[in-house]
Amino acid sequence: MNSWINLHALWEIVVVGLLAGAGLPALFAVGLRALSLPGSRGQAGNGGQVGEERIVGGSVPGMVAAGLCFAVVLAGLGWGIYYIVAGS
Amino acid sequence: MTDCQRPGQLCRQCLDRAGSAGEPGCVGNDFLLVLVVVTALAFDFTNGFHDTGNAMATSIATGALGPRVAVALSGLLNLVGAFLSLSVAATIASGLVDTNLVTLTVVFAGLAGGITWNLLTWFLGIPSSSSHALIGGVVGATLAAAGGHAVKWHGLFQKVIIPAGLSPVIAGLIAAIGTYLVYLISRRVSEGARGHGFRIGQIGSASMVSLAHGTNDAQKTMGVITLALIANGTLHSGAKAPFWVILSCALAISIGTYTGGWRVIRTLGKGLVEIEAPQGMAAESSSAAVILLSSHFGYSLSTTHVATGSILGTGVGKKGATVRWSVAGRMATAWLLTLPAAGAVGAAGYGLAHVVGGTAGVLVDLAILLAVAGLIYAKSRATAVSHSNVNSEWTGSVAPSAPVKEVAAV
Repeated sequence: MNSWINLHALWEIVVVGLLAGAGLPALFAVGLRALSLPGSRGQAGNGGQVGEERIVGGSVPGMVAAGLCFAVVLAGLGWGIYYIVAGS
Repeated sequence: MTDCQRPGQLCRQCLDRAGSAGEPGCVGNDFLLVLVVVTALAFDFTNGFHDTGNAMATSIATGALGPRVAVALSGLLNLVGAFLSLSVAATIASGLVDTNLVTLTVVFAGLAGGITWNLLTWFLGIPSSSSHALIGGVVGATLAAAGGHAVKWHGLFQKVIIPAGLSPVIAGLIAAIGTYLVYLISRRVSEGARGHGFRIGQIGSASMVSLAHGTNDAQKTMGVITLALIANGTLHSGAKAPFWVILSCALAISIGTYTGGWRVIRTLGKGLVEIEAPQGMAAESSSAAVILLSSHFGYSLSTTHVATGSILGTGVGKKGATVRWSVAGRMATAWLLTLPAAGAVGAAGYGLAHVVGGTAGVLVDLAILLAVAGLIYAKSRATAVSHSNVNSEWTGSVAPSAPVKEVAAV
């Protein structure tokens, strides 16, 4: 194609890079958001205080969704390591 | 002075000597080889401590990891990373210069150029590329030794210079989008919980960058040592790096990383952008992704350029974040200078060694290199940056303004 720039490689680096480099942190943020959803048992005292470091809000569906998100992020990390070992 | 031990074989040192009149045979072959290997490992060490910040600066700045824990983790992962993949070890030199024209003296002079530039930029706290310093040094020394035809200019542009221009932009773009998304999604999470969560995430993403760094940069030195072994006739051309080379390079880069280039860490973590944990995780994820993908395509990417681009990107991607463009400008200037400056030192080193001649010439180079390194180290003590003051408020320079009393206590 172009002997100075491999456009195919460039395109792939940008697209896959966006998915892994921006997508995974975004998914991590989704997981964090889900995890912080307040639970049904009412933890008003702990909920929305500024400076509160509690991550787990207590909502069961939220925790399940968060678990899924974090699992995908971990799978992404595993894929990255596999990518190195398989001959980068 | 011994005669060449392999007179029958193709020994480049002999060919080199044969070219210069009045010097029969080949002198100090194995001594020179040992010298080159040790210098290469010294370069690997500077590569490690110069680049600790690429992976760990943001984690240290946000407090996700304590400074000393961070450098220990990064050092360990660099060690592991160096063993993970061995496929690109020889590409750095063979793709850029004509290996048939490379002698041990050329390799030594190239390494001297790389080390000098690494130490100088470390002293100034500028995160410049160790890979470019090495490539610049080797190319400069090759130019001085054999002339322009020995350098594969097309390879140099295609594999080094153009990626060097593009990679920080791509990394910055990805990091900016990642940062924007992360803040958008987590805007309803309380600030404390968000900081806590992302500090945990940062540890994972910073670990990936460390691992990728070990894989990439340790192999560059492995490639140089392999090149020296081939140039000496110890290995056949096309041979793979022997195990002792892999092990010693892995250890050198790992120990270097553990030593921690606090001056560079400070610039990256505090000087460029005031960074929060979500930005840190976005920056490191972007860095890890770009480094891994690019090395897959065989680009001798600079992890430093990528990491710096990412950190700038997170500053752009977050509303109201402070980006110190003057610091970024200083860095960009240093990046432009890296190849020619390291090349000039490499060429001068080769010239001097050639004029003096033989092993003595290399020893003269070595003495100068040691003197310069000692001088820079001595000067750095006056404005020491260490794990205890690395996070001090940025006041416009690498050295924290007030002398920190805790230094003596720790």
